[in-house]
Amino acid sequence: MMADPRILRAPDVNPETRPFWEAAANGQLLIKRCTACGEAHYYPRTICPFCGSSETVWETSAGLGEIYTMSTLRRGAHTPFTLAYVTLDEGPTMITNITDCDPDTLEIGQRVTLRFVASDGGAPYPMFTPIADQKV
Amino acid sequence: MTIRNKAFVAGAFEHPLRLAPDHSTPQLHAECARGALADAGLSLRDVDGYFCAGDAPGFGALSMADYLGIAPRHVDNSETGGSSYILHVAHAAAAIAAGKCSVALITLAGRPRSEAFVGFRPGAPEGAFENWVGASTQNSYALCAARHMHEFGTTSEQLAWIKVAASTHAQHNPHAMLRDVVTVADVLASPMISDPLHRLDCCVVSDGGGALVVVSPEIARSLSRPLVAVRGAGEALKGPNGGRNLDLTTSAAARSGPLAFAEAGITPADIKYASIYDSFTITVLMQIEDLGFCAKGQGGRFVADGNLISGVGKLPFNTDGGGLCNNHPANRGGITKVIEAVRQLRGEAHPAVQVPNCDLALATGIGGSLGIRHGAATLIMERQ
Repeated sequence: MMADPRILRAPDVNPETRPFWEAAANGQLLIKRCTACGEAHYYPRTICPFCGSSETVWETSAGLGEIYTMSTLRRGAHTPFTLAYVTLDEGPTMITNITDCDPDTLEIGQRVTLRFVASDGGAPYPMFTPIADQKV
Repeated sequence: MTIRNKAFVAGAFEHPLRLAPDHSTPQLHAECARGALADAGLSLRDVDGYFCAGDAPGFGALSMADYLGIAPRHVDNSETGGSSYILHVAHAAAAIAAGKCSVALITLAGRPRSEAFVGFRPGAPEGAFENWVGASTQNSYALCAARHMHEFGTTSEQLAWIKVAASTHAQHNPHAMLRDVVTVADVLASPMISDPLHRLDCCVVSDGGGALVVVSPEIARSLSRPLVAVRGAGEALKGPNGGRNLDLTTSAAARSGPLAFAEAGITPADIKYASIYDSFTITVLMQIEDLGFCAKGQGGRFVADGNLISGVGKLPFNTDGGGLCNNHPANRGGITKVIEAVRQLRGEAHPAVQVPNCDLALATGIGGSLGIRHGAATLIMERQ
């Protein structure tokens, strides 16, 4: 698990999302999949946002994906850091950070892998880092 | 049922201050309310509809109506960030058309330069999944700019032309925060804030506010102001949608715009002047495409070479200098978009930027975060 120069306040956990954070503490990224329509979504909801079914189940993501878009903030405290959307191989695109890399080497379309980063006293957060030698 | 020609914008007021350390925020709301009502030739006693959004202090309309001393029979706290006030004009017109009120007051004010900005709203369903990513307005809008450049080859030089046009207009506005005309090179030489947006791609932060008065046709005709009719409007929301088919190069204006044009019965080619919410240069570019002023992906070419400059280009925009140079009160620019469009339709814009025979104008805005979740509102008004 990597350190982060920012102090990341622990997540506010509620009954609907507790399994996600319990899995995160064990190094697993969960998404939700609807067994009625087959679609996966993130962030996780009890009711499928695509078909309205409550037949949603937790699924473990392989933690692999590619950068859809990104921006490295250059000004202000604890910069630079990179905000990004990563499209998981399972389908959903999630907002996250790209960490543990030189931001100036990142490219849209680049393959990335999950890297949990500690929060301040709570479950860790799912960030991503480049997969070596897999630039597009 | 339509709101077309069912209501008129009779009063508009932009607070002259851009820094207000000695005002309270409710006081700014009240000064704007009084200004817009005086502009219309009305008073607080005439108000029977009140509209405000998230900038209204305390308990929204409950606090503010009591503070202002008004007793509305119709209230609306609809909150879509900076686009709220454009949407409020449409909601006011609908309420007037339904007989729910006849003099609707819309106010906005805030002091982001003088007091701390309040950020996250507790309890949002997305909170635990987003609060930690460090999203600010700058880097979340930059996500859209980066993707637009990747997909369509849009350049920083093209985005810079939007700032150049705004600054060319702002030199004529004595209240504008930034009155110096800048060049494309100036924009590119300004510090990188969040890739690929430079400092001069970003709007100003200002204290201040604005207000609008929307009235029934009968009342509008009894007043001495030019007749500015609400001709059509549309609104839409967009978010990451569970992460499916994310498309950050298209905004919710792709839905609010066509709704507004359909209700107005006109096309983008009929628009003589456009107020386009300019929180960032990319916000303008994407709305221009989404409203149909050019094809998706062609916005960079469309805005280049002064095409947004009044008297020079095909689509004069933000002739007050916009949020990029003039004013972005309370970090919410929707109301100033309507105000400048009203000035243009009345022929009361600065002579150096007044569009000749300006009979059809559009005001459109994006509130919230373009790169995460946002609300779009589009309003078409006509001088009669």
